[in-house]
Amino acid sequence: MTKKIEAIIREEALDPVKDALHAIGIVGMNIFEIRGHGRQGGIPLSWRGTSYSMDLIPKIQLNIILSDNNVDKAIEAITKAAHTGKEGDGIIFVYPVEDVVRIRTGERGHAAIMYPDDIDTRSGKKK
Amino acid sequence: MLRKRKLRWLVTPVIAMVLMFTVNGIVAAQTAGPTTDDLATSTNIMWTLITGFLVFFMQAGFALVETGFTRSKNAAHTMMMNMMVFCIGALGYWLVGFAFQFGGVNFTFPALGKLAANSFAPGTLGDLTGHLDKWLIRFGQTGILGGDGFMLTRGVRDISGILAFFLFQMVFMDTAATIPTGAMAERLKFTGFVLMGFWVSMVVYPLVGGWVWGGGWLANLGRTAGLGNGAVDFAGSGVVHMIGGAVALAGALVIGPRIGRFNADGSPNAMPGHNIPMGVLGAIILFFGWFGFNPGSSLAFVGTGRNLAANAAVNTLLAGGAGGVAAMLYMWWFGPTKKPDPGLSVNGILAGLVAITSPCAFVNSVGAVAIGLIAGVIVCFAVFLLEKLHIDDPVGAVPVHFFNGIWGLISVGIFADGAASSAGWNGVDGPVTGLLFGGKTQIVAQLAEVASIFVVVGGLSFLFFKVLAALKLLRSEPEHELMGLDMPEMGAQGYSTVDVHMHGSALPRQSPRIGPASGR
Repeated sequence: MTKKIEAIIREEALDPVKDALHAIGIVGMNIFEIRGHGRQGGIPLSWRGTSYSMDLIPKIQLNIILSDNNVDKAIEAITKAAHTGKEGDGIIFVYPVEDVVRIRTGERGHAAIMYPDDIDTRSGKKK
Repeated sequence: MLRKRKLRWLVTPVIAMVLMFTVNGIVAAQTAGPTTDDLATSTNIMWTLITGFLVFFMQAGFALVETGFTRSKNAAHTMMMNMMVFCIGALGYWLVGFAFQFGGVNFTFPALGKLAANSFAPGTLGDLTGHLDKWLIRFGQTGILGGDGFMLTRGVRDISGILAFFLFQMVFMDTAATIPTGAMAERLKFTGFVLMGFWVSMVVYPLVGGWVWGGGWLANLGRTAGLGNGAVDFAGSGVVHMIGGAVALAGALVIGPRIGRFNADGSPNAMPGHNIPMGVLGAIILFFGWFGFNPGSSLAFVGTGRNLAANAAVNTLLAGGAGGVAAMLYMWWFGPTKKPDPGLSVNGILAGLVAITSPCAFVNSVGAVAIGLIAGVIVCFAVFLLEKLHIDDPVGAVPVHFFNGIWGLISVGIFADGAASSAGWNGVDGPVTGLLFGGKTQIVAQLAEVASIFVVVGGLSFLFFKVLAALKLLRSEPEHELMGLDMPEMGAQGYSTVDVHMHGSALPRQSPRIGPASGR
C-alpha cells in the first residue's frame, strides 16, 4: 500500500527535515511554499504607522510518497527534525495513494518509487 | 653602451621636434588664450551642467521609492509614470514652460553682471544680453508671465549659458512633476497622468516658479514692499517641492483613496509596499542627486558662488541625516510597533532634504541640523494627519514635499544667518536674514510664497483634476484597480508570471524519440 505524507513545517525547518529524510533513505520529495495557520495568532506588523496582523503565515508543505511500512520511520524523522516546542511547529497528514507512474520509464506501482540506495534497498526489502 | 653610429638616425627627428615646439610656441604667444572671465564663466556653466545631470538621476530615485512602496501588481504602471513624466515634461517645458518661467528674467536687472547669481538673471553663466528679457504679462517691474525663449529659439543655439540654464531648470521642473505620481499611484489612469505632466510643465510650475525665480513679483517683494530680500528660495523647497506637493495634495483629494484603504467606519487598512529594498535604494539615490539639486543652485562656482555651493552641500548632508534620525527615533519610541520603521525613515530623510532645500545656502550647520530634525518629526505627524483626514497617499509624497516644503520656506525666515555671501539677493543690498538673527520681515515674504503656492497651484490644480474627473480621465475603473493596473493600462506585467513556461523552451531529451519506454 502506498501512502502520501503531507508535512506542514516551518520554513526554517526545511533543511533539517530534508537532511533527516535523506539520512534514512527517503529520496523523492517535493515542496510547496504555502501560507496558513492553526491555533497560533498572527504576527503584528506595521506599514507607515498603520498596524496590521499577518495571520496567514508562510510555511512549507513537504510531500513524500512511500510504502506503508516506511511511514512511521519517516514521521519520526520529520518530527524530530522540525520540533522546537513552540506554537507553529506544524502538522502531518497521511493519505492513501491509488497509483504511482514514473514518467521516464513508464514503471508503475511500487517500482516507481524505488531508487538506488533508498530506504527499502538498505533494509534489504525488494519489491 | 651607446654606439654613435647606431644613433645617427635620431638626429633628423630630434631637430624636427625642436623646431616644431619653438615655432608653435611663438605662434601661440601671438594668439589670445581664454581670459579669466572666460574661465570663470566656463567653470560656472560646467558646474551647472554637471549638477543638472545629478538632478536628472533623481528620477531613478523617485521611480524606485514609488514602486517599492506600492504593490507589485502596479509596478509596470508606476515605473512607466515615473519614466515618462520626464519625457513629457521635457517637451512641455521646451515648448512653453521655460519661456513662461524665465522669459523675463533678464528684464528686471539687465546690467547686474557677474554676481547676478544673487539676483534674477543668471549672469554667472555668461553675457545673456538680449535674451530672456520679455514679459507676456507684467505690471511695471512686477512680472507675472514670461515671454521669451519658446522652444529655445532666437539664436540661443550657441549661447551655452542659456542652454545649461535650460537643462538645469528643466530637471528641476521634472522633480516637481514626478511628485504627484506618488500620491495618486495605484489608481491614476495613464491618460490622466499624461495630461497632468503637461499641466505641471507648461502651466502651474512655470507660472508660480517664475514669480520666485524668474524675476517675478514674489522675488521683488524686497524691492517693492521692503519685505526682507523678497521671497527667498535657494533651490526650491517652495518652487519645486511645495508646488509638486500641492499638485499631489489636490490630486489625492480629487482622486480619492484606493479601494479597501479605509473601512466604512473610517479605520485605515495597511497596504504594504512590495519591495522595501527598492524604496531604500531610491532614497539613497535621491540623497545623492540632492547634492546636485542644492549646491548646483548657486549656478556658479567662482567667488561667492563657491561659498554658497559648499555651504549648501554640507547643510544638505546634515539635514538629510538629521531628518532620517528624527523620523526613525519617533517611530521607534512613539510608533505603533515601537520599532524603527524603514518606510518612515525613508520619508524622514527625504523630509529633511526637502526642508533644507530653500535655506541651504543661508544657514549655518546648527540651523541645518535643527531644520532636519524638525522635518523628520513633521513628516511623521503629517502621515498620521492625512490618515485621520482619510486622504490616501501611498508613498508619503504630501507629507514629505508639501508639508516640508512649507517648513523649508518658513525656516529661511527663521534661521537665515545674514552671512555676507547672500548680500544683494533679489536685488536687495543686505544679506538674507531670519528672525533668529534680527531679520523681522523676511518671514513675511516667505509666508507670501507659501500662500501663493497654496492658493494658486493648489487651487488651480484642484480645478484641473476636477475637470479630468468629470471627463472620466482621472481614476481607473474599479476592476482594473483591483486586478492591478499593469495589464489593463500597460498591457504588460511588471513581474512576469509566465515567462518561464511560455513557448520556445524545448524539453531536453536524452536521445531522439524512439518509443515510450526506451532503454527498459
